[in-house]
Amino acid sequence: MSGAARKAFLEGVRDAATLLPGVAPFGLVFGTIAAASGLTPLLAHSSSYLIFAGSAQLITLSLIGLGAPAALIVLTAAVINLRHMLYSAGVAAGLQHLGPGWRALLSYLLTDESYAMCFQRMQSGGPFAHWHMLGVGVLMWVQWQISTLIGVFVGGVLPESWGLGFAVPVTFIALVFPSIKDRPMLIAALVSGFVAVLTAVLPYRTGILVAATAGIIAGVVSNRFAGAQPGAPRDTTLNR
Amino acid sequence: MSAPAAIATFVAIGVLTFAMRASFIFLLSHMRMPAWFEQALRYVPAAALSALVWPEIVIGRGGALLSPDTYPKLIAGAVALVSALITRSVPLTLVLGMAALWLAQAVLP
Repeated sequence: MSGAARKAFLEGVRDAATLLPGVAPFGLVFGTIAAASGLTPLLAHSSSYLIFAGSAQLITLSLIGLGAPAALIVLTAAVINLRHMLYSAGVAAGLQHLGPGWRALLSYLLTDESYAMCFQRMQSGGPFAHWHMLGVGVLMWVQWQISTLIGVFVGGVLPESWGLGFAVPVTFIALVFPSIKDRPMLIAALVSGFVAVLTAVLPYRTGILVAATAGIIAGVVSNRFAGAQPGAPRDTTLNR
Repeated sequence: MSAPAAIATFVAIGVLTFAMRASFIFLLSHMRMPAWFEQALRYVPAAALSALVWPEIVIGRGGALLSPDTYPKLIAGAVALVSALITRSVPLTLVLGMAALWLAQAVLP
């Protein structure tokens, strides 16, 4: 690891460390759901490294607790995780110079949080962006393993009224709003949120994908519209 | 669910999740992304995270929109939004957002 690579890696570790106050309560919430699933603590925790996707793990263990058939559980979790394909597309261009080992490792470590933190640096194409992404991913992984391990042993005793699960949307608010740079991005976020509320009744949380797609289309269309006006800055971020 | 069945379920979900995460990262070297697609990617973080956030805040127990049990979450969400825009700090926003939630839960009937 060269000096610049180590620096990028440590910056990633430091960035991910700021997420700990959100990850730790999520781990405890995971523990309360795990306790209700009827699985032993260590068995429930194995989903943290076998799946490594918080909301999918929550749904999986809830459904196990409800006695749902395995095929339905797999399908539901897969639909919830479909958004990772969008994340994969977002970072793919910045990782093409890497070997398959690197790409497999960074794929495994790709999460909502790491994507939100790495997207910008990956798009600007710095030579050590993958080291930064590795730093974020590794620390997120360690934090998630430890938080959920503590969670499965103590989570069963925490009252739901504490509302610890709300730490997750708060984390996403903290990640998404400072990243909104212009009006099309704001429109994308607002349209997506609105459609997500309207489509929340759809089964298996498919509404999230519908909403994200609607938001992305709204962003692209409003950017076109802004570009047609004289003097409006046209989006050139991705025109490498 | 038995232990082997649970492990098999986790592995199946894990493999599918990995395949989705790896999809474009591995396939991109064999194809070129159209320009409109690259443009669209710029809006993915805001759209995806926003879609995850708003239903959690405005939909209450039993699926009711803006029911009284969502009021503390609305207040906490607003505090978190203001904090995120001003401080740009994730930990600080979490502390302020959760403190607002607990305060609102204690104060509201």
